[in-house]
Amino acid sequence: MNNKILMKGNEALAEAAIRAGCRYYFGYPITPQNEVPAYMSKRLPEVGGVFVQAESELASINMLFGAGACGARAMTSSSSPGISLMQEGISYIAGAETPAVIANMMRGGPGLGNIAPSQADYFQAVKGGGHGDYNIIVLAPSSVQEIVDFTVEAFDLTMKYRNPVMILGDGVLGQMSEPVVLPEMKKVNDDVDWAICNGGERSIIRSLYLIPENKLEMHNLHLQEKYEKIKNEYIKYEEYRLEDIEYLILAYGTTARVCKSSIDKLRDEGVKIGLFRPISLWPFPYNQVKKQLKGLKNIFVFEMAKAQFEEDIRLAVEGKISIKGFYKLGGAVFNSQEIYKNIKDNI
Amino acid sequence: MKILYDKPKSLIDKKTHYCPGCSHGIVHRLLAEIIDEFDIQKRTVVIAPVGCAVLLYDYIDCDSVEAAHGRAPAIATGIKRVKPDHIVVSYQGDGDLLSIGMSETIHAANRGENITVIFINNAVYGMTGGQMAPTTLIGQKTRTTPSGREVSNDGYPIKACELLNTLDAPYFIARGDVTSVKSIIKTKKLIKKAVKYQMEQKGYSFVEILSNCSTNWGLSPAEANNWILKEMVKIYPLQVFRDKGEA
Repeated sequence: MNNKILMKGNEALAEAAIRAGCRYYFGYPITPQNEVPAYMSKRLPEVGGVFVQAESELASINMLFGAGACGARAMTSSSSPGISLMQEGISYIAGAETPAVIANMMRGGPGLGNIAPSQADYFQAVKGGGHGDYNIIVLAPSSVQEIVDFTVEAFDLTMKYRNPVMILGDGVLGQMSEPVVLPEMKKVNDDVDWAICNGGERSIIRSLYLIPENKLEMHNLHLQEKYEKIKNEYIKYEEYRLEDIEYLILAYGTTARVCKSSIDKLRDEGVKIGLFRPISLWPFPYNQVKKQLKGLKNIFVFEMAKAQFEEDIRLAVEGKISIKGFYKLGGAVFNSQEIYKNIKDNI
Repeated sequence: MKILYDKPKSLIDKKTHYCPGCSHGIVHRLLAEIIDEFDIQKRTVVIAPVGCAVLLYDYIDCDSVEAAHGRAPAIATGIKRVKPDHIVVSYQGDGDLLSIGMSETIHAANRGENITVIFINNAVYGMTGGQMAPTTLIGQKTRTTPSGREVSNDGYPIKACELLNTLDAPYFIARGDVTSVKSIIKTKKLIKKAVKYQMEQKGYSFVEILSNCSTNWGLSPAEANNWILKEMVKIYPLQVFRDKGEA
């Protein structure tokens, strides 16, 4: 039964989280994601959940850490400047191996920036952001339905791997309304023997390892093993019209969606062009990108940032094919005519 | 042979890393005794701060979460909202509570989170080598106030109990010390009451304990205790500020 309802991205994210079993939300207002805490404040009490408007993003991520330490499905959401405040907490959560889902609806930066969409938190999300050697799983939706689907998946992933998972959206995705199919309410049954307050053995949730001298090294090696495991078990991407490509576009999120319109127009004109859309930005589909390189004349990368996503493309391509990047900075968004012209001018 | 006095069950039989004469040892013991007396070992969570007590979980035998500096009240909030029937104790020093964690401290108190906060006030940053704390006294020499704390540069010492006493929500706010047997017994009663109030789901309880840091004060433990009673109590009076249970 396909019951589609029209929902705004931010609200769909919140509802999807609840359907996925999330019963705790801690967050702070920031544009362009204010619909998330507002929706949660109304909906969570309806399902016996808890909503707390925290005093800051700093407090939000730490409340989330505490809730996750209990093995609960919990989340927070914010936008770029708030996510900067959460970096310390994310590092602690990754080091302590507790679950957490964090949604970032990216906006223009750096600093206070503006409230328009952006993809300039790519490095922050994928390459660290917080201190130390750690990785978080990053999923980049490009439609409201994908926001729903990936949010549900995010909760399963975070509980399975005991690692933070980020939904990396942008101001457009959060604000746009599209018809979606929502999943059924999940009956949560997570194995949380490791958590505090589990009624069984004593549990210590920590990220400090001083003694013996190599304890932290061992812990880091263990974390790296976990990240390798995640890389081997999980990857997500979309291939769009790649059958016989001479030109390859790489983009993600909203930008990828706009590219599709341009690709359709170019295809109609006989240009052999397609899109490879990474969805899991970490783990990044390097190998899958490499598989697309045969016979390519050129690669085009589009992103609402200055060559952040492009760096990972360059890592995958290893200099084999020339890459041309197109950027929108400071809250500017691509339109399909621009993308069409950018490509036409370069083929 | 009858055992009249023993190590509390909830106190791990491990030599602590604290300096001789440090108040942490006493307060840890009091907390463990209270956990035993209320038989809540299996449902207590202590949150370890950043400070000398960062290894709190090596000494108190119950569930524990290690917090980022100052964030313990936020973490406590997350835990208590998920597990309201568990006893959540945040154990923090002056930097943790009043400096970097000032916002988290005030807002958890303001929301009336049903947690217990134990504040070890020793007027200095112990673990990092004796720097100025928000509670350092005017004229007090520290590693970052080598000529003594000056109002013009660093402001005044902050009084935690008095500050939280301006908020409507907190249920119990008290300040004690552990410099003598008599004051230890008195302070234990304060902490025990605070925990009892949490068990009764009354709301937020806060116990500040004037403590010594003989190492960073450059005093012997006995001299340090005297300094608390002579100098610290002038700024931080020992009293129960609020007890809604006795109102």
